[in-house]
Amino acid sequence: MSIVDNHSLALPPRISEAGVGDYIALLKPRVMSLVVFTALVGLMIAPGHVHPVLAITSILCIAVGAGASGALNMWYDADIDALMSRTSNRPVPTGRVTPQEALTFGLILSFFSVVTLGILVNWVAGALLAFTIFFYAVVYTMWLKRWTAQNIVIGGAAGALPPVVAWAAATGSLSVEPILLFLIIFFWTPPHFWALALFRSGDYARAGVPMLPVVAGPDATRLQILLYTIVLVAVAASPWALGYFDAVYGVSSLVLGGWMLMLAINVYRRREGAPALRAARQLFGFSLVYLFALFAILLLEVVVAAVLAQFG
Amino acid sequence: MDEEQPPGIVLTEAQKKKRRERSIAIAIALGILVVLFFAVTLVKGPAVLNRPL
Repeated sequence: MSIVDNHSLALPPRISEAGVGDYIALLKPRVMSLVVFTALVGLMIAPGHVHPVLAITSILCIAVGAGASGALNMWYDADIDALMSRTSNRPVPTGRVTPQEALTFGLILSFFSVVTLGILVNWVAGALLAFTIFFYAVVYTMWLKRWTAQNIVIGGAAGALPPVVAWAAATGSLSVEPILLFLIIFFWTPPHFWALALFRSGDYARAGVPMLPVVAGPDATRLQILLYTIVLVAVAASPWALGYFDAVYGVSSLVLGGWMLMLAINVYRRREGAPALRAARQLFGFSLVYLFALFAILLLEVVVAAVLAQFG
Repeated sequence: MDEEQPPGIVLTEAQKKKRRERSIAIAIALGILVVLFFAVTLVKGPAVLNRPL
């Protein structure tokens, strides 16, 4: 008999005590909620009629796909999650879920979300969802995150793809509008995550994650936040300037963008002590409101237009 | 051969409860998948699985 057999006999069998809540935590529900919302907007602004059953199927598959990539991320990053206060209570670093269980869970959900979307809706959307999961789990988590300070800039593409997947689910093709939505989320990601990294840089340094404040310092990060916010405001207004979305969206994007820019300038100017931390926290908090509000306006316009068409 | 067999793995009450919870969650997820395929088949017709790649 081999050594492996003896070894396996020596190990006590591990009985899982993971609850349903631990598996839900693997799906990163808070990230998933933003993914679902942006995907819903992508689906709703797409031209033509989508049957409600297909719409629900699409959103469900995109949500499960996003959750699957979250589980794969938690499987791979368990070692660094254990070192950061924000993530040390996740199911894998605490031992409530084993790495093998998280990996299996992530792979099974990835497979079912992609195949279900492909079979029931269309394969353009299915392929885009597969690419999104691959980009987040492999390109961002396994490669970029531990390698470069540009990790969240390039990796942000994964978080920006859900409205594109949803548009493809509705139309079977791609167009300029979903790409504009993609660009808005893409340029929103760096100021959002770097604001977080400014007041969590100790966490990232301890875990050896090369976030920009750790590698280039907080002042360089503040400048990058400001520059990306300027680009974000311009990109967010571009769908109006190019004539894709109307003036209500355009004016709202400029007002919200102005506020975001003001907070980014505040982050740039306040560099010491508690005011600097407060400025970073304010920008981080508002960035969530900013993205939500921008997409909510698009959703509201579609709903109002549908109601007016029905009763007008 | 009259020696008593070892009891093997005996689950604690907590482990049994968690396993039951997980089993129910898996059953619900599979149920949703079945309902989803059934509903889409009603919407798109039986040709739902016969589509070009």
